[in-house]
Amino acid sequence: MKEGWEAVIGLEVHAQLNTDSKIFCACSTQFGQEPNENTCPVCLGLPGALPVLNREAVSNAGKAALALNLHINEESIFARKNYFYPDLPKGYQISQYDKPFSEHGAVEILTSERDEGGRPTEWQLKRFRITRAHIEEDAGKSVHDLGDPSKSHVNLNRAGTPLLEIVSEPDFRTSWEAYDYVGFLRRTLQYIGVCDGNMEEGNLRCDANVSVRPAGQEKLGTRAEIKNVNSLRFLQKAIDYEIDRQISLIEAGGVIVQETRLWNEKEGKTYTMRSKEDAHDYRYFPEPDLPPLEVSSEWVETLKAELPELPEARRQRFMREYELNADEAFTLTGERALAEYFETAANAAQNHRAAANWILSELLRELKNAEIDISACKISAADLGGLIRLIDDKTISGKIAKDVFADMFATGKAPGDIVKEKGLVQITDTGAIEKIVDEVIAANPKPVENYRAGKTALMGFFVGQVLKASGGKANPAAVNEILKQKLDG
Amino acid sequence: MPITQTEVEKIARLANLELTPDETQLFSEQLAAIVEYVDQLNELDTSAVKAWQPASAGNVQTSHATRPDLTEPSLGHEKALAQAPDHDEGHFLVPRVIGG
Repeated sequence: MKEGWEAVIGLEVHAQLNTDSKIFCACSTQFGQEPNENTCPVCLGLPGALPVLNREAVSNAGKAALALNLHINEESIFARKNYFYPDLPKGYQISQYDKPFSEHGAVEILTSERDEGGRPTEWQLKRFRITRAHIEEDAGKSVHDLGDPSKSHVNLNRAGTPLLEIVSEPDFRTSWEAYDYVGFLRRTLQYIGVCDGNMEEGNLRCDANVSVRPAGQEKLGTRAEIKNVNSLRFLQKAIDYEIDRQISLIEAGGVIVQETRLWNEKEGKTYTMRSKEDAHDYRYFPEPDLPPLEVSSEWVETLKAELPELPEARRQRFMREYELNADEAFTLTGERALAEYFETAANAAQNHRAAANWILSELLRELKNAEIDISACKISAADLGGLIRLIDDKTISGKIAKDVFADMFATGKAPGDIVKEKGLVQITDTGAIEKIVDEVIAANPKPVENYRAGKTALMGFFVGQVLKASGGKANPAAVNEILKQKLDG
Repeated sequence: MPITQTEVEKIARLANLELTPDETQLFSEQLAAIVEYVDQLNELDTSAVKAWQPASAGNVQTSHATRPDLTEPSLGHEKALAQAPDHDEGHFLVPRVIGG
């Protein structure tokens, strides 16, 4: 950011809550159906239809609120947010306004600026406040470029999908803080199983309110809201673009107008979409078709008991317990399944350093190449631990282990079985190694002569020859020792 | 309570209504009369009354005011579109709206 300026960023995240049916009716939330297939009088907004709240959506919202340290209000009120758009058939969205489901939260997360290569420079623990998280319904989808250009096409399958809108305080000062926070939200919601968190599919959507002010100034600048960012990286780039745009505009004597801007990824720019309507223009009023939502403290306690260990807590525990650095712990806790895989493998291996190394280098690379998820990985965590034990107890060498690993990845066989089947057990028997060493010495009279004349760097050559002759099975330490004896002696 | 013509114009814009100057004048008088009438309710002391009286709320998990997360057959797109003034390829068709 340009010297002398400070950016102020607030984030609104819409998370689609995992349910089978919609929030106020029994239509399926399944995607990929024929347009308007999953619709009924309630989500079509037909006269006389009445909404009834899906209690699973409330449970999911409750878990999310607890994970984000929000206070769940004993009573919250649904409200109508009125505006005109063809994908909003009732003419209002059922949301919450002055009495939201939950409020006053905060999260402490690790965040870091990135260098030019996108690598974190220094992880720091920072606290970001969350104003509120409220329950609402999604709107439908409008498509503007199908057939007749004078018409818009409306699909209401998504109308009535349950959402949790998570509104932060304007606590972010850089685009990477925003990036780390939304990444944190996504992981957390995925961990507790309340949202799939797929930004590309619109499962998790993020709007950013961005303003700038001279460093040291208390008063906030006029903000612009950025919409239409469907990946974390786009969010980060869009915020940076917007910060630069606003600073340049002000420095050139211009004035920021309060408006909504759309991010265009192709051009790497934000564009004006519409001037922002003030909140009171939505003419919020209590939804008369729904009673207040009341939750008991017992219910909240039940939800608390159902929550798993949260990713940030687990990341910090991994750093402590398994002596991982922040980046390693971050990767290994990125997905709940991966974190559990690591812990199982580390325990089975009784060597958590090696388990971390194998997963972070070999396993993740292979998964990426094969384009599969950890849950579809053929190597069980226990078997990976078993492979590490085979190395540690010197049954196989580290080099052979890589071949066994490749075999395991392809077939899902246990490491012990592969080693037995292929006769890969490491040769530690000194007699057997001596025999190979003798053969290698006999076959290479010239190098032996040179070595003995002082070219000791040839040792590597001999070790290589012996390992090769043993099919990689000779224990390298033993080979070194025996070669030294025979050549020097 | 007087309602200015500017307020009427704003309400009309939010409600997607086009009003003539005569109508704006007429509605500002009528709206003022309605608001004044409703204002009489402010004479009542409602400090002990809840803003919203729950009819059948209560615990979210057991209340009749909520439903379990079960699906039921939807209308399907044919029925959903049957009464639409215009539709195409399974979609409702409306005059083009720009932006999102």
